[in-house]
Amino acid sequence: MKKFLLITIYLITSVAVKAQTVEMADVLRSSGKIYVVVATIAIIFVGLTAYLFMLDKRLTKLERNK
Amino acid sequence: MTIIYKKWWKILAVLLVFYTLISGFLFKVPSKVILNESIRNVYFHVPVWFAMLALFGISVYYSIKYLRYGNETYDIVAVEAVNTGILFYIFGLITGMLWAKFTWGEAWSGDPKQNSAAIAFLIYCAYLVLRSSIDEEQKRAKISSIYNIFAFPIMIVLLFVLPRLTDSLHPGNGGNPAFGKYDMNNQMRIVFWPACIGWILIGVWIATIRYRIRNLENKTINKLNK
Repeated sequence: MKKFLLITIYLITSVAVKAQTVEMADVLRSSGKIYVVVATIAIIFVGLTAYLFMLDKRLTKLERNK
Repeated sequence: MTIIYKKWWKILAVLLVFYTLISGFLFKVPSKVILNESIRNVYFHVPVWFAMLALFGISVYYSIKYLRYGNETYDIVAVEAVNTGILFYIFGLITGMLWAKFTWGEAWSGDPKQNSAAIAFLIYCAYLVLRSSIDEEQKRAKISSIYNIFAFPIMIVLLFVLPRLTDSLHPGNGGNPAFGKYDMNNQMRIVFWPACIGWILIGVWIATIRYRIRNLENKTINKLNK
């Protein structure tokens, strides 16, 4: 009986410990999720600059036609 | 419209956004569970939507102007504003999905806000499809202007009214007032509002560049036709 109790206590606590360590070891969740913000800015900046290059190409084409 | 050739507001736009890039990371923000530091996304994800709104608003204004005066350049302004607005729409959707992934658990959880954002996105894509499906210029301008005038209020309802009537994970819905009274303090406002103005100005700037290029293209086409 004692053994059984010990095992159940062990199981419950181990589950509880697991529940507490939900935070996964990936970069985007580390340091208070600050890298989510970094990624957001990166997406916007890369998108904007890619767009600028497209506009630039369009303008160059026009200038060549003249 | 000589203001689009002026430089001061473009410099202002760059300064404002640059200020928020620094202060957005360094200034204090309230500590919240789940959100953690990602609350700083308010300075970058939300202003992108503000820029989109401003651009679509400008587009409607010029669509109405086109219908009233029949000037072709107004139609060009309207379409280029939508083109640029769509770019910011895509930024808003992608950054929203990224943020959702790390706070709501899934990039796309079928949340009312997300679903209506997707529908409104399709409505504006349809505007561009409609335009490219009509060859005759005046007809195209007229029909798409009318479509645009209808699309704008539908987009507003989809993004800002319907999600509020149901439960949504997104702040500002299910009856709670966004990052308004409770979530945003003055410390955040001194970064948030400059960011909004800055990104709106950058959006307008890109739209004016598109407009100028389109004008040039039309002129060269007209020259070739003569």
